[in-house]
Amino acid sequence: MKSKILKNILLFLAGLAVCFICDNLGLIKSSYILVVEYIGIYSIFVLGVNVVNGYLGIFSLAHAGIMAIGAYSSALVSMYVFDSIFTFPISILVGGLMGMLAGMLLATSSFKVSGDYLAIITLGFSLIIKSIVQNWGFVGGSRGLRPIPKYTSLIVIFVCLIIAIILVNKFVKSKYGRSILAIRDNHVASELVSVDNKKCKTVAFGLSSFLIGISGALVCHLLAYTNPASYGYTTIVDGLVMVYLGGIGSITGSIIGATVWEILVQALRGIGTWRWVIGGAIMVLVMIFLPKGICGNRELTWNDMKRLWAAIKEKFGSLKAAKSKASGKEGK
Amino acid sequence: MSVFVQTLMNLLQLGSIYALLAIGFSIVYGIAGLVNFAHGEIFMVSSYVMFFVSSVLYTATGVDWLVYVFSLVVSIVITSLLAFVVEKIAYKPLRKAPKVSVVVSSVGVGLVLEYLTLNFAGAESKKMPAMVTSVPITIGGATIASSTLIIIAVALLFMIALSLFMQKTKMGIALRAVAQDEKAASFMGISPDVMISLAFIIGASMAAIGASLYSVAYPIFDPYIGDNINWWSFTAAVLGGIGIMKGAVLGGFLLAAVNIIAPMVLPVSSYRDIVAFAVLIIVLLIKPTGLLGKKVIEKV
Repeated sequence: MKSKILKNILLFLAGLAVCFICDNLGLIKSSYILVVEYIGIYSIFVLGVNVVNGYLGIFSLAHAGIMAIGAYSSALVSMYVFDSIFTFPISILVGGLMGMLAGMLLATSSFKVSGDYLAIITLGFSLIIKSIVQNWGFVGGSRGLRPIPKYTSLIVIFVCLIIAIILVNKFVKSKYGRSILAIRDNHVASELVSVDNKKCKTVAFGLSSFLIGISGALVCHLLAYTNPASYGYTTIVDGLVMVYLGGIGSITGSIIGATVWEILVQALRGIGTWRWVIGGAIMVLVMIFLPKGICGNRELTWNDMKRLWAAIKEKFGSLKAAKSKASGKEGK
Repeated sequence: MSVFVQTLMNLLQLGSIYALLAIGFSIVYGIAGLVNFAHGEIFMVSSYVMFFVSSVLYTATGVDWLVYVFSLVVSIVITSLLAFVVEKIAYKPLRKAPKVSVVVSSVGVGLVLEYLTLNFAGAESKKMPAMVTSVPITIGGATIASSTLIIIAVALLFMIALSLFMQKTKMGIALRAVAQDEKAASFMGISPDVMISLAFIIGASMAAIGASLYSVAYPIFDPYIGDNINWWSFTAAVLGGIGIMKGAVLGGFLLAAVNIIAPMVLPVSSYRDIVAFAVLIIVLLIKPTGLLGKKVIEKV
């Protein structure tokens, strides 16, 4: 047990060192680092979305609105109150907490309303938030906020991602985590075995929105600007796709979903608007052939990786053997 | 008085279009049990089909009404075919999958249709040729375009026709039977697969009719129009109680009322969306299954 913790700490330090090297030494092209940064931020975002849409099983479309709240509130803090890189954690935290507040408020609507009707309420929430920031002169209207200090770096994203993973992991294994799984499977039955549905839903929405708010704070400090157009239809769709691609109710699935989708989007950038045609087709194909996403609702473990690696090796080995056999025959 | 009549007419015009779209959305939901986020894109495609057919024929012949009806029929046929194929490819394999995966699949279909159209027809907005000649008519002191009355009348006609179809014909009864209980219906010799295809065809036809009427009132459109239509028809359908046709009509008119009246009352017209969605959220919080929706008692 002790050695495991030590190992994890060592891994964490190694990760920090790698991030530090990537940030400061300029060994890797900055456009590649940007992609990695995006993957990290989206992983936090998808973890947040997954808590409600995956673990709790509520089809929510509020993530765009909550991301906007996180982004705008943290940007305002670092533009007007604490303008220094050392107080950047405060900005991130404010973004996360504001998102959390909004999410907990939204959770109250899920007590009575459910299913597609709740989806409409959360969609309405997202569109209302977008409309508010679009019409509010103080935050720049549809031009958006700029310049936001550019504080986000790989190392910050890495630390936030690790914290997010630990939070979600602890949450899922806690009493609340088991309760929301019960609510997902059958909310009437869970109520009957004295699960406090309201409290658990509020906590789940709170954690989810906290993470989404943090991702919003990170992304606006990375791009140095933010505008209402970034929190519309595309953000809602992106969030859903990444969650269902990776696997609902899975931490590793969230990260894999974010990684695969982000790399795909970047790789298809060269073909212009055609990438959305291909992206849409991939969404349909994934749903048909992997209806539970890449990971399903379980975690990818080291054993899975080992098994996968062994399978690849075996296939490759047999291929090699067949090849050498074939060439051997030809030689004769 | 004249302002009132004017507003009422605008409201009825927009409302009848929304109602048609919401019916299409609702009928697919009721029978196939899926939220079809490609509905707006079907609407968009039918606008384009109608645009290409009518602009070729209209400039060649100069006939207006006949071309309008002909291009409407062509767009109904093509969009029905499209919806049929989409259902077979993207939704049918997911009949047993969790509900959300069908939603994601439909979002994917929507993206494919939207950006295929964008790549083939261009991103710039198009203007439908003015085929329905409009004469101003004076009612109660207000001047109203005759096309407004035509839109309302045609939309009502199709709504009544659809409701008669659902109530009186054997096929309509079979459709309702599948909506009520798919398994029991299949015991009675009704094929759910056929009925689901039929629901998609009806939904697409309603979208095509809605698009043709929409183009008379608002002739300018672009490939992105489907996104908004999606949200509006989904919203209207849910507001009235999703899966219920009467509810879809009610939701359509209510949504139009909010959309038309809110900018008149509010000082800033850009707050329209906020008010529309605030009304929606309040309605759902008070009546969680939509205005006409029935409360379903859940059993463990």
